[in-house]
Amino acid sequence: MPSLPPIRPEDEAAARTAPHGTGAFDAVAELEPGILFNTLLRLGDDSLILGQRLGEWTGHAPSVEVDLSLANMALDLIGQATLFLDGAGKSEGQGRDGDKLAFHRDVLDFTNCLLVEQPNGDFAQTMARQFLFSTWQKLLFERLIASSDSLIAAVAEKAVKEVTYHQELSAEWVIRLGDGTEESHRRMTDGIGWMWRFVPELFEMDEVADAALTRGLFTDLTALRPEFDRIVGAVLSEAMLEVPGDQRPILGGRRGHHSEHLGHLLCTMQYLPRTYPDAVW
Amino acid sequence: MNDVTLSPSRLREGLGVGLSSPSKLEQAHPRPLPQAGGGENGVWEVLRSVPDPEVPAVSVVDLGIVRSVTADLVTITPTYTGCPATEVIERDIRAALDAAGYRKVRVETALSPAWTTDWITPEGRAKLHAYGIAPPVPRGAAVVCPQCGSSDTAEISRFGSTACKSLWRCRSCAEPFDLFKCH
Repeated sequence: MPSLPPIRPEDEAAARTAPHGTGAFDAVAELEPGILFNTLLRLGDDSLILGQRLGEWTGHAPSVEVDLSLANMALDLIGQATLFLDGAGKSEGQGRDGDKLAFHRDVLDFTNCLLVEQPNGDFAQTMARQFLFSTWQKLLFERLIASSDSLIAAVAEKAVKEVTYHQELSAEWVIRLGDGTEESHRRMTDGIGWMWRFVPELFEMDEVADAALTRGLFTDLTALRPEFDRIVGAVLSEAMLEVPGDQRPILGGRRGHHSEHLGHLLCTMQYLPRTYPDAVW
Repeated sequence: MNDVTLSPSRLREGLGVGLSSPSKLEQAHPRPLPQAGGGENGVWEVLRSVPDPEVPAVSVVDLGIVRSVTADLVTITPTYTGCPATEVIERDIRAALDAAGYRKVRVETALSPAWTTDWITPEGRAKLHAYGIAPPVPRGAAVVCPQCGSSDTAEISRFGSTACKSLWRCRSCAEPFDLFKCH
């Protein structure tokens, strides 16, 4: 288990004024050769963690059709994660593959956004998370088709079709529950309310994202926001839901500062390969 | 690092492990395997005999999974990013080629261009229909029940038994059926 980086006085001063998680990034000096690695890692971790979260529903969903939907979306996401993380391992050149990166890193080394690690809650909360994430991921992948990295471009081109389906399915549920009964409306309001704090992080540009953008690997996330707001606004309006007001953004997932929920998720996900390191299918 | 495990990702990349590697296979077989000399056409013939593991009524060629064939290389593409059949398909193709004597033909996976249901052959579509799976139709077009031929059908679930299918029911004959989604 790696220890937390030391807290320097300047970091502490910055943390007092800046939003949570935007403090100095110790590792940035070492990042130069690892821009591609880190970009692939972020993309892969988002898909991996949300795929694992959706997998938790298997056998527990409200109906068998929903169970199948959630399991199939999980499968798509794990497929993306496998490709991205295998690519990350290859670009790193240290002999790590996707499985090694998924199962043998600790929570501080995960670079997923905070949204995907949020607990499933009830079905409405799960669908709220899915709708916000898939809307963002679709916009992102549509642009990453033009990435200068052939793997990122190929996965984006392939996965955008699947993500379109995730986005439509979750938008339909947001509308059905939001514009449903009094109780389903209340639950979807709560679900969107829980997840909304983690939306600003999706559009955050930091040192890694900037460097990746400069190299043509990545895209400018801030440019996705107007389209995201338009789509989300239209769906929430049809669902008879209010767009939540601006909140103090919670950032930090990209730099390994996670909510308590991720550690619990990893305990379940990593238990077997860590207990029996040589276990294979 | 002395990692000799057959992890799925290594298999998929064909990093010279197990069935993906003709040379390892040769080492594992003390007696010489038959040699085939059918060239590209012979390889196509073998591939047409390899069924899709999820929908065995159609072959990997019918589904458009095989993208190109040369005398020494078969290029395949996965249907869905997370399709668990992908590894099985590569393994089945390797085994079929080996059994037919095409030991030196490599099997590689390409992600781009992304697979689309437009690549399912007319024969493949007919086989799907006969098997009880409605072949893909453009969004909004009438979905015809593969059991009774009625167009009076409705979607039950956007995902069916696999990611590539959705679940429908026929209002005429009251039977449920899978639709291969337009992708």
